[in-house]
Amino acid sequence: MGKLTGKKAIVTGASRGIGLAIATKLASEGADVAILSTSVKEELAAKLSAELGVQVKSYACNVADSETVQNVFKQIIADMGTVDILVNNAGITRDGLLMRMKDEDFDAVIATNLRSVFLCTRAVARTMMGKRTGRIINISSINALHGQAGQANYAAAKAGIIGMTRSNAMEFSSRGITVNAIAPGFIGTDMTAAMDDATKEKYAAQIPLGRIGKPEDVANAVAFLASDDACYITGQILGVDGGLNA
Amino acid sequence: MTQEEIFKKVTDVIVAKLEVKAEDVKPESEFGNDLGADSLDRVELVMALEDEFEVEILDSDAEKFQKVADVVAFLEANKK
Repeated sequence: MGKLTGKKAIVTGASRGIGLAIATKLASEGADVAILSTSVKEELAAKLSAELGVQVKSYACNVADSETVQNVFKQIIADMGTVDILVNNAGITRDGLLMRMKDEDFDAVIATNLRSVFLCTRAVARTMMGKRTGRIINISSINALHGQAGQANYAAAKAGIIGMTRSNAMEFSSRGITVNAIAPGFIGTDMTAAMDDATKEKYAAQIPLGRIGKPEDVANAVAFLASDDACYITGQILGVDGGLNA
Repeated sequence: MTQEEIFKKVTDVIVAKLEVKAEDVKPESEFGNDLGADSLDRVELVMALEDEFEVEILDSDAEKFQKVADVVAFLEANKK
């Protein structure tokens, strides 16, 4: 028996990287999972369902678009019957030094990384409030806590997530819904693969635990925060960073 | 729908959302003092009323709901 048996979870940005690891971990703990990505990933959902013995269903959703989020989440909640866990993981980067950063690069990152958290949280709030229980886990970043040249847009969005996490934790506390954030450090994914080698080496050398993180390291922390074991934890920002923020 | 029917339907929604007894819901009942509704309860109640009566209730209207009678009067005035 997994610690999330029977729970219904929604994970955004779930087709690869940290999001895929999170969806896989939640499913391996017994949760049915709706995996959201920009396009439908039928094969991936079928593979996870077959391997892990739970219902995993893929949905295409532009999480930055209000109407789309409302419609897709309505469909998901109808399909699964309810929702117990929301993991706001979807994120993009459009790095560039501020002086050269285009308006659309700033706006796109804020929309996909921050606005989406507002839209998706609002789309599950009513169901979770009615149930008097729920788990919302937002994926922030160590770069919300430390500065990072070239990431004015990304750092602002990820820091915004921290503020929203704390406010939503207060707002939903009387309904048994916990809201927490995870701030991953340097995790090996497609997103970080896009960083230049010098930056990567500089980062890796600074990690106290001596290695770059794995997506599974983040997924394990999400599974804990999503479980009953974490029922007394809300409004927290948990670093999963090998000690970078120690 | 008559005023009496509206009151009955509103009472059903209040009973379901606020977990109070139907006999405790009277036109003069105040949401805060008598029915124990906090700010989140009020939001949930307004959204449930919107669904039940198929009307849109603006926040500026909802803010004026002190008593059950206020809600009934609003729905009476805005019924389809």
